[in-house]
Amino acid sequence: MEGLERILREHSFFSGIKEDYIVLLAGCAKNVRFEAGEYVFHEGGTADQLYLLRSGRVALQISAPERAVTIQTVGESDIVGASWLVPPYRWGFDAKALELTRAISLDATCLRGKCEDDHDLGYEMMKRFMPILLQRLQAARLQILDVYDIHN
Amino acid sequence: MVPRVARVRRRVRDIADVWTLTLEMEDGEPFVFAPGQFNMLTAFGVGEVAISISGDPSKPEEGLVHTIRDVGTVSGAVARLVAGEAMGVRGPFGAGWPVDAAKGSDVVIVAGGLGLAPLRPLIYAVLAERKSFGKVVLLYGARNPAEILYRSELEAWRRRLDVDIHVTVDHAESDWFGNVGVVTNLISRAHFEAAHTVAYVCGPEIMMRFTTSALRDAGVGDEAMYISMERNMKCGIGMCGHCQMGPVFICRDGPVFRNDFLRPLMAVKEL
Repeated sequence: MEGLERILREHSFFSGIKEDYIVLLAGCAKNVRFEAGEYVFHEGGTADQLYLLRSGRVALQISAPERAVTIQTVGESDIVGASWLVPPYRWGFDAKALELTRAISLDATCLRGKCEDDHDLGYEMMKRFMPILLQRLQAARLQILDVYDIHN
Repeated sequence: MVPRVARVRRRVRDIADVWTLTLEMEDGEPFVFAPGQFNMLTAFGVGEVAISISGDPSKPEEGLVHTIRDVGTVSGAVARLVAGEAMGVRGPFGAGWPVDAAKGSDVVIVAGGLGLAPLRPLIYAVLAERKSFGKVVLLYGARNPAEILYRSELEAWRRRLDVDIHVTVDHAESDWFGNVGVVTNLISRAHFEAAHTVAYVCGPEIMMRFTTSALRDAGVGDEAMYISMERNMKCGIGMCGHCQMGPVFICRDGPVFRNDFLRPLMAVKEL
């Protein structure tokens, strides 16, 4: 448990969070690893984990007939998974490890339960999630603009 | 004002619709320029277009180099010239990248799409005096993997142990194992000391606006950022007024500007 607490404490997502919360969150956490090419989750599956990446890279992909499109890659110190926050808790994309990837996964049911029990913890989680989600939304909008298209 | 005649010595296709031409001046004089400057290139009988110089400023004897996208009547005519054919060259014009401003500091170069072309002379200049700078970081964003410009050169620079290069694309199929996402995403992954960093940015204006914002968020001041504007340059000498942006002419006072000066102007939508 002490090892998990240290890893959580050192991950940028939890930078500055109270030590009590680290101990609490460690109860939902475990170490996971994904080999290159292994799927972290599939579109439509139950969004039951939050992943804090420690090393490696993950591609967020959308499948289409006979192809898959990568919409974003994330790496060390990033997080994967926001759909566990919002009902019906279903993954919106595929997530595939591009290389050996090590992460901490936090069980979503456990996390949601602890946030319901302690709203201050819930607010801390939201304060950390919102900048990431906002940044990804802005990035997605820029991608849609296709600014490098010669006709733009 | 009168164009010098240059002949195409070499024509290389970089990516779809983008060609790099190496020119020899017919008068035999080497073409001397500063990184970030541009020329007005004439396709005789067609017209004239402003194109950044994309070669090595320390090697004028190797020819004048331009990277051109075949996107319009004039640029297309210029890009389609083959070895031996002639074009007109007026220049060099404009205020270029202030390389000395970064000496003793970390250097962050952010390029988007074809914006890597005007930045390449700067990269050459920095690498030629590598010891004068701290960390050197190049962040490059392209539309997709097939549109990564100067790919072999990027790979060569990456093989150096003293340059940190990150490349990303906006869109990719699943057979691309590199980064996917906007170039601004790379800023937080790069390692540099923001308070002692000089940044150079070139690309589509939207990309430059978001990039300078992200650099600011990372702690780089506007006074330490230089960006290259490429709007509407028609004469190259500040006479026609087409490139006027508030109190300045981009062709004459730029195209490179410091961002603390430029940012308020770019916020004015009518400009």
